[in-house]
Amino acid sequence: MSTVRYRPEGLDNLVQQTNFSKKELQVLYRGFKNECPSGVVNEDTFKSIYSHFFPQGDSSMYAHFLFEAFDTHNNGLVSFEDFAVSLSIILRGSITDKLNWAFNLYDLNKDGCITREEMTDIMHSIYNMMGKHTYPSMRDSAPKEHVDRFFQKMDKNKDGVVTIEEFLETCQKDENIMHSMHLFDNVI
Amino acid sequence: MATGVAAWLPFARAAAIGWMPVANCPMPIAPRDNSRKQDELIILNVSGRRFQTWRTTLDRYPDTLLGSSEKDFFYNEETKEYFFDRDPDAFRSILNFYRTGKLHYPRHECISAYDEELTFFGIIPEIIGDCCYEEYKDRKRENLERLQDDQEENKDLKQPNLNFRETMWRAFENPHTSTLALVFYYVTGFFIAISVITNVVETVPCGTTTNQKDMPCGERYTVAFFCIDTACVMIFTVEYLLRLFAAPSRYRFMRSVMSIIDVVAILPYYIGLVMTNNEDVSGAFVTLRVFRVFRIFKFSRHSQGLRILGYTLKSCASELGFLLFSLTMAIIIFATVMFYAEKGSSSSKFTSIPASFWYTIVTMTTLGYGDMVPKTIAGKIFGSICSLSGVLVIALPVPVIVSNFSRIYHQNQRADKRRAQKKARLARIRIAKSGSANAFLQSKHNGLLNELLELTGSEEDEQKLIKSISLLKSQHHHLLRCLEKTTAHEFVDEQVYEQNCLETALQTYPSHSSSIASHDSPAVTCCGASGKKNTPLPNANLPLANPVPSHRGPLQELSALHIQSADPLSHTSSRSNLNLRTDESKRINCKSGRITTAIISLPTPPALAPDADGLHGPPQRRPPPPLGHPAAPSIQTTTSSAGTNIVKVSAL
Repeated sequence: MSTVRYRPEGLDNLVQQTNFSKKELQVLYRGFKNECPSGVVNEDTFKSIYSHFFPQGDSSMYAHFLFEAFDTHNNGLVSFEDFAVSLSIILRGSITDKLNWAFNLYDLNKDGCITREEMTDIMHSIYNMMGKHTYPSMRDSAPKEHVDRFFQKMDKNKDGVVTIEEFLETCQKDENIMHSMHLFDNVI
Repeated sequence: MATGVAAWLPFARAAAIGWMPVANCPMPIAPRDNSRKQDELIILNVSGRRFQTWRTTLDRYPDTLLGSSEKDFFYNEETKEYFFDRDPDAFRSILNFYRTGKLHYPRHECISAYDEELTFFGIIPEIIGDCCYEEYKDRKRENLERLQDDQEENKDLKQPNLNFRETMWRAFENPHTSTLALVFYYVTGFFIAISVITNVVETVPCGTTTNQKDMPCGERYTVAFFCIDTACVMIFTVEYLLRLFAAPSRYRFMRSVMSIIDVVAILPYYIGLVMTNNEDVSGAFVTLRVFRVFRIFKFSRHSQGLRILGYTLKSCASELGFLLFSLTMAIIIFATVMFYAEKGSSSSKFTSIPASFWYTIVTMTTLGYGDMVPKTIAGKIFGSICSLSGVLVIALPVPVIVSNFSRIYHQNQRADKRRAQKKARLARIRIAKSGSANAFLQSKHNGLLNELLELTGSEEDEQKLIKSISLLKSQHHHLLRCLEKTTAHEFVDEQVYEQNCLETALQTYPSHSSSIASHDSPAVTCCGASGKKNTPLPNANLPLANPVPSHRGPLQELSALHIQSADPLSHTSSRSNLNLRTDESKRINCKSGRITTAIISLPTPPALAPDADGLHGPPQRRPPPPLGHPAAPSIQTTTSSAGTNIVKVSAL
């Protein structure tokens, strides 16, 4: 266990920063602090927590990408503020915020556009979580095909990368995506 | 899903947003969380100590008692808390499990108590954290071994219906089961000793004979020794064959060490019988005789210490192997060194390296015979190094072997101690149990007497007898009484029961007593007739609170009848009888504290006609027998101090 101890800013500050109510933040923090008594999450803990939810497959890659997305300060640790802020975006933000967040997740090098390689990595990580035992059985080409489909849909100007504008535009036009973005709104 | 991280589930679900844009098909609908109550504090009252925690903490593990709806059974409406009547100390670790996700085993806790708590709260012990798991497992194994030892004891005792073969096998394995087994045990032991002593004495020179040679006894008294040898081998053969016959698994028996020793012990004799005076093989024959010394190993059946030693050596095989290996290494090294050091000196005994082995061994084990000593300086130096290192090399593995031996030995001692303690423990438990049974019987007395006194209205005794029996006891007694009524039998005291048995055995007045004895008791039941109270007849007595030993004597010679005369309750109607009886009892009370009442004589069976009203018999017929009977039976009555009249009649 790391000896890093981290105390979040006051509850009121967090209430202002995020869209959570006081009570919700309390619940969040209690869960967070219980699992990570030191107050911060490092990547390994993050990965192990996430792997509990996906026992059949290997979720370490996706967890890594998630961690990168949560670790807004890029210091290898996710503090409670980062955690709360990100969750606030995901759960209580506007649709644009959510899509921005998703884009940020996919954009591994944070350069503003999603390349095919980045997307392939993401896709692989998602498919890895499925594991071997699937129906129909997992073909090795499945992620690649999925990436192709994605680029076909998103890459309007066919320049091989997906920019944030293309992304937002396409998503907002897609009903399914719009609907599913609200799916987890009342998780907390 | 591991519910330990259930707190993170909302996060994981939120993070699933990341899949949405890349998904091609619509997502399934999320489950509605209808029970959206705020997180609330739950109070858990465990034997008075209040623990409080959040509901969500407990909900982390939904397949345990506290995490599921099972705890609703323990909900107390008035105090709005969950009450558990369990150990609060053990509950601490259980609640900590919910809080931290790790279950710890507190070392001061008894392992079975802790296990019970875990089972109660629905937590499997396998999730005990690594820090405590080893300790938990060790303690559990120890406990199991202890229980197994006890069970084996019980198994030995409770095996009523074994067939002949199994009985024999048990007799062989455990000589204390029967006298015959014990005799066999000692006889075989004796013959083993004889055999070994014979082997030894055989070689002792027996004094000179006419042909001036100092002959060993074996050659002098050939016939005698041969006879002894034959006898011993006969016994051993018989024993082996019997064991082979009785063994539950013959194949396994034949492979066991003891049976191999048996075979090796008796084989030389038979081989010797077969090959008589054949010059070529007589040399081999002589060597075979060496194997006769293996008979001494047969003693290991008789000595537990030997068995433990053997078991220890077996279990320390690796340490022994290491000892051997390191010794061998050292021997070779030093032998080589000594050989080359002593090569120069003349008339050196170190003629070769193998020859130096002997020196090295003798030196390393600090024996130092002195038949080979180094003469050169170099040789002496290396020789001293050799002896110093010898001590070390031998001393290293020995403590391991010793500690192993000590552990096994103590384990065995513990088993023996437990066995010895067990008898005492069981005896004490039995006394306690019989105490409670006596309490029931005593209270039956008191109950009857109470009612008797109520009816007769004598005050002073009533005070004495109306003790306050607790409600629990009275209910229990009522229950036992119901059982008695159901089965039409009564509970009696042990001694009384034995007496009854004795009486039925010593039937000197077969017709009367037996008829009465045997068929009255079933005939007269509580429900027997006219709703009487329980009226036991001849062979069923109310037990004596103070059993009087005096009637043991007369019992030896005679049959006796026990009649319960004090049964006034049987007839509420015949008050007269009651009065009669109580008068008598009062009268008799004035005597030496013993109530004697009249009596029945044996020769008048009609007097004891086994009718349902037979109990009137005694009082009514009381007058006649003492008057008109030539063979007036001696009357002996004893009663308990409580005053119930139990009449025992012994006829001369």
